[in-house]
Amino acid sequence: MFHFLVGNLGHLFVITSFVTAVITSFCYWKATVTSDLTKRQGWIVNGRIGFLLHSVAVLGIVASLFTIIYNHYFEYHYAYAHSSTHLPGQYMVSCFWEGQEGSFLLWMFWQAVLGIILMFTQRAWEAPVMTIFSMVQAFLASMILGVVIPGLSLKLGSSPFILLRDAIADPIFKIDPTFIPKEGNGLNPLLQNYWMVIHPPTLFLGFALTLVPFAFCMAGMWQKKYSEWIKPALPWTLLGGAILGLGILMGGYWAYETLSFGGYWNWDPVENAVYVPWLIMIASLHTMITYKNSKTALKLSIVLVIAVFVLLLYSTFLTRSGILGDASVHSFTDLGLSGQLLIYMLFFTIAAIVLVAVRWKEIPTSEKEISTYSREFWIFMGATTLCLMGFQVLVPTSIPVYNKVLEIFGIHSNAAPPANQILFYSKFQLWFAVAVALLSGTGQFFWWQKIDKQKLKNEVITTSLITLIIFAIILITTQVKDPVYMVLVIAGLYIIISNVKVLASVWKVNPKLSGGALAHIGVGMMLIGIMFSSGYSKVVSLNNTGLLLNKEMGTEFNRDNLLLFINEPRTMGGYDIEFLGERLEPRNKSGFVKRREVDPTPDPFKVVANQDILFKGEKLYNAKDTFEIYPENTFYEIQLRKGDKIAATLFPRIQLNEEMGGILPSPDISRGVTSDLYTHVSSSMNREAEPEWGDVEKIKVKQGQQFFVNDYVAMIEEVERVTTITGLTIADDDAAIKLKIRIEGEHENFYAEPMFVIKNKIDVALISHEIGELGVKITLLNIHPDTNEFTLGLNGRQKDWVIIKAMEKPYINVLWLGTGLLMVGFFIAMVRRFKEKA
Amino acid sequence: MKKSHIIGLVVIAIAIAIIISTAGDASSYVTFDQAYQMASTGNKGSIHVVGELKKDFRGEITGLEKSPDNLSFSFLLLDENKKVQKVYYNEPMPPDFTRSEKVVVIGSYRGDLFVADKILLKCPSKYQEQKLNAGV
Repeated sequence: MFHFLVGNLGHLFVITSFVTAVITSFCYWKATVTSDLTKRQGWIVNGRIGFLLHSVAVLGIVASLFTIIYNHYFEYHYAYAHSSTHLPGQYMVSCFWEGQEGSFLLWMFWQAVLGIILMFTQRAWEAPVMTIFSMVQAFLASMILGVVIPGLSLKLGSSPFILLRDAIADPIFKIDPTFIPKEGNGLNPLLQNYWMVIHPPTLFLGFALTLVPFAFCMAGMWQKKYSEWIKPALPWTLLGGAILGLGILMGGYWAYETLSFGGYWNWDPVENAVYVPWLIMIASLHTMITYKNSKTALKLSIVLVIAVFVLLLYSTFLTRSGILGDASVHSFTDLGLSGQLLIYMLFFTIAAIVLVAVRWKEIPTSEKEISTYSREFWIFMGATTLCLMGFQVLVPTSIPVYNKVLEIFGIHSNAAPPANQILFYSKFQLWFAVAVALLSGTGQFFWWQKIDKQKLKNEVITTSLITLIIFAIILITTQVKDPVYMVLVIAGLYIIISNVKVLASVWKVNPKLSGGALAHIGVGMMLIGIMFSSGYSKVVSLNNTGLLLNKEMGTEFNRDNLLLFINEPRTMGGYDIEFLGERLEPRNKSGFVKRREVDPTPDPFKVVANQDILFKGEKLYNAKDTFEIYPENTFYEIQLRKGDKIAATLFPRIQLNEEMGGILPSPDISRGVTSDLYTHVSSSMNREAEPEWGDVEKIKVKQGQQFFVNDYVAMIEEVERVTTITGLTIADDDAAIKLKIRIEGEHENFYAEPMFVIKNKIDVALISHEIGELGVKITLLNIHPDTNEFTLGLNGRQKDWVIIKAMEKPYINVLWLGTGLLMVGFFIAMVRRFKEKA
Repeated sequence: MKKSHIIGLVVIAIAIAIIISTAGDASSYVTFDQAYQMASTGNKGSIHVVGELKKDFRGEITGLEKSPDNLSFSFLLLDENKKVQKVYYNEPMPPDFTRSEKVVVIGSYRGDLFVADKILLKCPSKYQEQKLNAGV
């Protein structure tokens, strides 16, 4: 049954949101330009109603799309492409914004929320600011319109409410137009992570927040209030800087936890595309503060605020137009929206430039030369450095764009981004970061008043001295030898110490002013954390067995990866490391279940416990319980011991997802105070393939007699007559014998129970028993009542194995702690600026 | 000269330095023949080659060889000039590899073998997907 209603409703809401946004923009524009007060009030009321209707429509789109995803209406392409019936509830939310349309929607949603807040709090600015807000909303809404303009065969936007049969030309729809698939494609397993639930909304709130200062700035230019816009825009810029920064960092943290490249930042074009506007936003924030304090840098602030918004649109264009397709690992593919995105970007860029150009001469400037001994000078230098930093990332990231542009002029260009991005960007960004740290560290001495040469000298000298003393201690206690890293540590320490000094003096006067100092201390800690965790990340899984894993592979691989057979400890970087077996994750309980403790059922998502299942001493399931698991996920229990003490138990994961194309490893991290131990699976046994058993070895044994199977000691403990076997009927004159064979594993005993069944007096059935973990298969081949002996067939195969790579990431917590402090600083400053306005 | 002019000059100088260094470090998209030529003339730099996986008449990928332990693999890539080249990649096969419509390999020639340091995939967008493949 097709659920047409919800899709039609959704589409109606999309059209409504577009139309209301256009109308609202018009009403507020009228309100701005009308001088008659009563008429103006009327237009404002119209605008408000329009924007509220628009917001309701946006909520309506969200609700419709969510209904489709939540109820698994696979007749809709969006649900089919991004969800599946087995997806846990919290990840349904992630499906919502996995697709381009959903992420545009998320962006619109936040802007609607911000618009409503501004509408009711900014009396004087309401009309012009909301004109710009609604205009942007109209552009965004047009991205999900999915309307074909008649006569022009021009498709405007891509609707999330398109039916599957309209999106995919599968022959089945010709045979059966009402066909609805039973199952969807599902969510990329890499995105099934809690960070992917909260990271996109945070990032898009950050995106939306860049519009606020832009809208105020444009309104200011338009209304000739050239400097008044700074005051209301400043707290929003602070909020935007914090939220966008938080969103970026969450992405980094997600990469650290989920992707197995062993880091948090890869300088991928998609990462760069949002890093650049953030840098400029931070620069604009500083020049706006300068303006508030000393009436300088107004023009620079205007340029930067516009640049932030334009760069954000540019980054949206880069990541969503498909232009980066050959340059990035994770850019969206083209939805046919690139033309529309280009118009969106160019419209606001040109409009802003024209408006500012017209007003440029009227914008007041301060003519006096700023002194080197003023705070403004240092902030200005810092902002300039931040801009250069952004420029350095922007230039190479845009290489695919240059090729396209040259193509328009008929020139064939084949330039590609630098092959090793991490090396390329890091070598520049590192020195810029050092410059920023030194500038802002010194700039902080000017916090209170203008100080003269002598005072500055004293401050710089004492701070430098303390820095060097602490640096000496670090040098002795750690292994920092690289001169470049030494410079980075010194710069980090310098900014921390100078800001601790500022913090101490500010705190006494008014703790509410401590935001800036705290944020800067956070930056210093981040620098030091990044330096240690990336520069001194150490591979600990050194292959010290002398065994070549794979002679085709480079020496690096053979050196850095460790092959672990089950229950065979190895030593690694001062640890004893042991692979304890494959684990499964139950869906409704936290903990892990051993693969051998459960039997499969016809439904891959359900298993039956074949014994009581314990995890960390707690009983998870009783024997015979049926419960749900995630069949895609296999965890590998890796135990690390120092002496007899268990240092860590890690569960790195491998996800097998055919729909999403193969094997995806994710690391597990053991977090320590001074360092993280980061482990991921490089390769594992292929579970799909039939195991290769060795030749059968036949032996004759008596009950209680020891024998060896695959190097394990084993013994028949009991002989038992069985009366029921699942899947087989045992009649009265049939006979069935079961042996209970104990096999002594490294940590525990395993029991194999092969059976010998005689049916109808002549038919013999042999039921072998496998213990996969030990690589053992035992078959009861014959019974000799005359000698009390049994003939056993023993098969062995390679034991379970896994190849892991483990890295130690020293002092990565300094980085996370620094980011936390940065955020706290931001929020303190923001609260202060918001209150200042009231 | 005013201080702001000096600062302006320094900024412009740095910006030019950035652009020049980017041009110097930028790689390029080439064909296998060009890449081979570069390697044989002693140019050791990494370059990008864009291509498609070689497929037989039934549309099935041919020439894909995985190492026994799945830790590395090699494949045949057709560049823009339809030249076929064996490419070796020293990592497990990336997800979605066989479904990709375009493959970008970044690396260089070692002898007659192209060794990729990095592989980028361009996967078909869901809209271009013409077949249903789940739960049908």
